[in-house]
Amino acid sequence: MPKVTFNGFGGGTYTVEVPSGTTLMRAATDNRVPGIDGDCGGNCACATCHVYVDTDWCARVGARTATEVEMLNCVTERADNSRLACQITLTDALDGLMVKLPEAQH
Amino acid sequence: MKAIEPIEPADTHADERARIASLPIAEFNPADPQWFVDDTAGYVFERLRREDPVHRSRSPVPGIDTYWSVTRYQDIMQVDTSHGVFSSEDGITLMDFPPGDEQKLPMFIAMDPPKHDAQRLAVSPIVAPANLNNWQGLIRERTVKVLDGLPRNETFNWVDLVSIELTTYMLATLFDFPLEDRRLLPHWSDMVTANKLTNPDAPEPEVRMAELRKMLQYFSRLWNERINAPPRTDLISMLAHGPATRNMGPAEFMGNLALLIVGGNDTTRNSMTGGLLALHHHPQEMAKLRANPALIDSLVPEIIRWQTPLAYMRRTALSDAVLGGKQIRKGDKLAMWYLSGNRDESAIPDPNRFIVDRERPRQHLSFGFGIHRCVGNRLAELQLKILWEELLRRFETIEVVGEPTRVRSSFVRGFSHLPVRIPA
Repeated sequence: MPKVTFNGFGGGTYTVEVPSGTTLMRAATDNRVPGIDGDCGGNCACATCHVYVDTDWCARVGARTATEVEMLNCVTERADNSRLACQITLTDALDGLMVKLPEAQH
Repeated sequence: MKAIEPIEPADTHADERARIASLPIAEFNPADPQWFVDDTAGYVFERLRREDPVHRSRSPVPGIDTYWSVTRYQDIMQVDTSHGVFSSEDGITLMDFPPGDEQKLPMFIAMDPPKHDAQRLAVSPIVAPANLNNWQGLIRERTVKVLDGLPRNETFNWVDLVSIELTTYMLATLFDFPLEDRRLLPHWSDMVTANKLTNPDAPEPEVRMAELRKMLQYFSRLWNERINAPPRTDLISMLAHGPATRNMGPAEFMGNLALLIVGGNDTTRNSMTGGLLALHHHPQEMAKLRANPALIDSLVPEIIRWQTPLAYMRRTALSDAVLGGKQIRKGDKLAMWYLSGNRDESAIPDPNRFIVDRERPRQHLSFGFGIHRCVGNRLAELQLKILWEELLRRFETIEVVGEPTRVRSSFVRGFSHLPVRIPA
């Protein structure tokens, strides 16, 4: 059961524990973590689960998928550590993952 | 075929539904605007989703001709997210124009990457989260002013005095457009979407183009003022100074203006009317909302799903593909019927009910999905949220006193008239 911590834009920290195999997006929406919308339900089609991965974890979460790169091209607040949470699957190797939320999803 | 179950509680056209259920499905042409004037398109899509979810039809309108209708949520999602196969370059509506015809306007919604991405990014900061916070106070101030000025105890057209007025103010603000001329914006929006071939009441193509040239002239003056001034935060200044947009030719400038004007005008306007009508047809939902105004957060996406102000978007196949078991050929055009996907019970529970406290209300198709997803979606939601906050605060009842008049279009799903009365 990997644990993951979401740091909200204006403060507020949410740590949740989810079964291995859950996406980072579902970890947030299933636990009502505010600031992740996931409008498309995890199809990598809306960019409303945008997160900034803590730099120490960037290499371990892996690379962006091709579709994810295209969707992130539509995001104005994109940074080098931007990811779409629906494209990150949580495993025990990612236990302790820290991510930061943007000001809003859109 | 499954027996017809009544759609409760607002099934006002039971006879029409039975008639449509008896028609030969092979002849279905969902793009016929008459379905939309009569508000019976839902029954056409209900049958298509069940019997022929990816349906080929022929329109008698030259320029539309043969096209596929994609009617199920998941198939629409697949087309919308496969922009490498299903291109936007040939346009977003089913109407084709001969090559070089000036009526076909270049705009970023009708482009593929990489040009699409660069032009979209030039305008998207205006609706970025930080800017939305800045808009909030102004939107509320104007909403309050418009609502406080509404007639009391007499019947008026909600579309004109509320929906058009509020969205026109918003658009004028985004463009930093002279407020006294703001009603030119919905006029031009109507000209952009006018189509003589599908609506006999629409202006002739030459008249339409002459009006659009006036639009270009007006905006060119604003452009010239702003390109010679330091960058500001309005859309025209952003386009004039943006590296991806500052060298646009007149046709492309006109096209992108048309996109922003229709996108910011004809959509939220119709959700503002459609929301009131939906709550009128579902009094128990209105009662829930009045008892708990916090439900506005889920009311807003539910209104946008229910209304689906743009009924479809068109794509063109760049290669052969199989979709829902049908063989799509390179060059075929497809309509992704968002209106149908938003009523698909395999994706949305109880889709024919308007529910203000729906679970997962945001998973609707009205904004599209993929790289062309509506850039102004959060601004649209903010305008509707503020409107409903101020309406609930102000008026104990808003009476819908007659039937709405719907727009003759299968693309813009909208209203021209809704008679309403607010008791003093």
